[in-house]
Amino acid sequence: MNRLTEAFNKNGKAFIPFITCGDPDLETTEKLVYAMVEAGADIIELGIPFSDPIAEGVVIQEADERSLKGGTTTDNIFETVERVRKNTDIPLVFMTYYNPVFSYGNERFLEKAKKAGIDGIIIPDVPFEESEEVRGVCEDNGITLINMIAPTSEERIEKIAKASEGFLYCVSSLGVTGVREKINTDVASMIQKVRQASDVPCAIGFGISNTEQASAMAKISDGVIVGSAIVRIVAKEGRNAVEPVAAYVSEMKTAANS
Amino acid sequence: MSKGRFGEFGGQYVPETLMPALAELEAAYEKSLTDPEFQTGLKELLENYAGRPSILYYAEKMTKDLGGAKIYLKREDLNHTGSHKINNALGQVYLAKKMGKKRVIAETGAGQHGVATATAAALLGLECEIFMGKVDCERQALNVFRMELLGAKVHPVTSSTMTLKDAVNEAMREWAGRMDDTLYVIGSVMGPHPFPTIVRDYQKVIGQEIREQILAKEGRLPDAILACVGGGSNAMGSFYEFIGDKEVRLIGCEAAGKGVDTAMNAATIANGRLGVFHGMKSLFCQNEYGQIDEVYSISAGLDYPGIGPEHAMLNATKRAEYVPVTDDEAVEAFEYLSRTEGIIPAVESSHAVAYARKLAPTMGKDQIMVITISGRGDKDVAAIARYRGVEIYE
Repeated sequence: MNRLTEAFNKNGKAFIPFITCGDPDLETTEKLVYAMVEAGADIIELGIPFSDPIAEGVVIQEADERSLKGGTTTDNIFETVERVRKNTDIPLVFMTYYNPVFSYGNERFLEKAKKAGIDGIIIPDVPFEESEEVRGVCEDNGITLINMIAPTSEERIEKIAKASEGFLYCVSSLGVTGVREKINTDVASMIQKVRQASDVPCAIGFGISNTEQASAMAKISDGVIVGSAIVRIVAKEGRNAVEPVAAYVSEMKTAANS
Repeated sequence: MSKGRFGEFGGQYVPETLMPALAELEAAYEKSLTDPEFQTGLKELLENYAGRPSILYYAEKMTKDLGGAKIYLKREDLNHTGSHKINNALGQVYLAKKMGKKRVIAETGAGQHGVATATAAALLGLECEIFMGKVDCERQALNVFRMELLGAKVHPVTSSTMTLKDAVNEAMREWAGRMDDTLYVIGSVMGPHPFPTIVRDYQKVIGQEIREQILAKEGRLPDAILACVGGGSNAMGSFYEFIGDKEVRLIGCEAAGKGVDTAMNAATIANGRLGVFHGMKSLFCQNEYGQIDEVYSISAGLDYPGIGPEHAMLNATKRAEYVPVTDDEAVEAFEYLSRTEGIIPAVESSHAVAYARKLAPTMGKDQIMVITISGRGDKDVAAIARYRGVEIYE
């Protein structure tokens, strides 16, 4: 069975934190991964920063900028992941934009990712229709390309769900990533459409920041993804973010299962 | 392979959230092609509001001065709002209205597309919001005020390099958050399908008119057509009609800033490589890890790290040629055309004039060259003065 799918069945509802690699530096990224594993994370999303992340709100945009200014490159992210993988078996998923992958060379990128111990990859600017050129290379390397559905997907949900492996990333809201006070979309009915087409686990992301949201979203899905709220802690605390992030992850994992 | 390909270039590389909006736009656009009411309505707007056809002017003094090819200027600068951008803005805003949208958003670099969109929105009664890099807002302050006069709200974009690419990022983010009542009116032959096709179709009138006008004046097609290229809409509009006429050289002039060998340029064909950005596979200025480069040009309208996918194809197949033109050459051409013909071209268009000054003398007197003057230079006067060390304020 797919290691990502498995992670949804181990410890109740899954909690999937996101951090931007190299924010504020790669040493901290490594420490954050270990601390989040300890705190109960089930899968970890590692962001490879991009100069122009069009699906991100300000919080992650700024994290990408800080990381790139600090000299983070795709190569030294691979090195960090390889080291991390020696110390933990938690499923790791890259989240990045297509150009850093494409420019590196799809084959070369995914071979290195495989070697480093990556389980899956999320590329928000590769929609289902364009995914063929990446999916084959992912499969060759045993890496799962994670599909996404959005509140606008409607009749597209069925075909996307049917072709999904690992888990399906369900975007909770219109617009970009970022903390939202309220999630107004009828995410439950989106997920119902998925269930009719596939058994793939559904994780909800975009806009989730507090324990009430985590609990509510977990009730209607298989897990929750939180990015901006964590990146915001890292932005504020810098190298001292490890403890507060761990505390936050622990609290959110508990909430997702309450 | 997905939709909207020009060879290997193009496609629809956008987040899932936007895919249905692109499909909706594509369907509406295709329907409009066979809708006589839409076609008549747009023709009416272009003729009686924008002032089409624009004239094809024989630049006799410039021709004599350069001593080679006979030079004609396609005067898109004489359109309402002062540039070719109105052709596309009227088309897309009219389409938005027919789609039942209440609001349009757009990015702008020099401000010409923003002004054109704000104008079309004012005329057709739609709300309008424009995203413009903060740096560009400063260097084109007059256009910011023009847009506001026209009733548009201008959002200065403060992310990353604060120029055109960031304005596109921000407009895409805004559209992903609100598409039920809003259409993104993209300003060039770029972005995800169907935009490169739609914008080219709304701009191809430039080349169609060039053909008719040159046949009427000279009884034959030109030997070369020159246009400046940022994203590439006036060039695509000028070239498209002639792609099948292999004897017509198509020459795109891109912004080399301080020089193609320096770090400060926006010459995508010279320095870019294959990538995927802003919804399309095309050529982009980028570093070895695929991070998009900060680019530079004196011209805010050409200050873009990519190029439209159809241009990338015309370059790959060698049907069109692309040449770099520096800031210095463009500024000299700006002054040259002003003095020689009494026509102040946009600093963008000046890039095409600059290359014409090099090319024309190498051509025979029996040969014909057409330069598309994509816009007028009033907006650039203060910037050119500053370039020459004269501090004047707009």
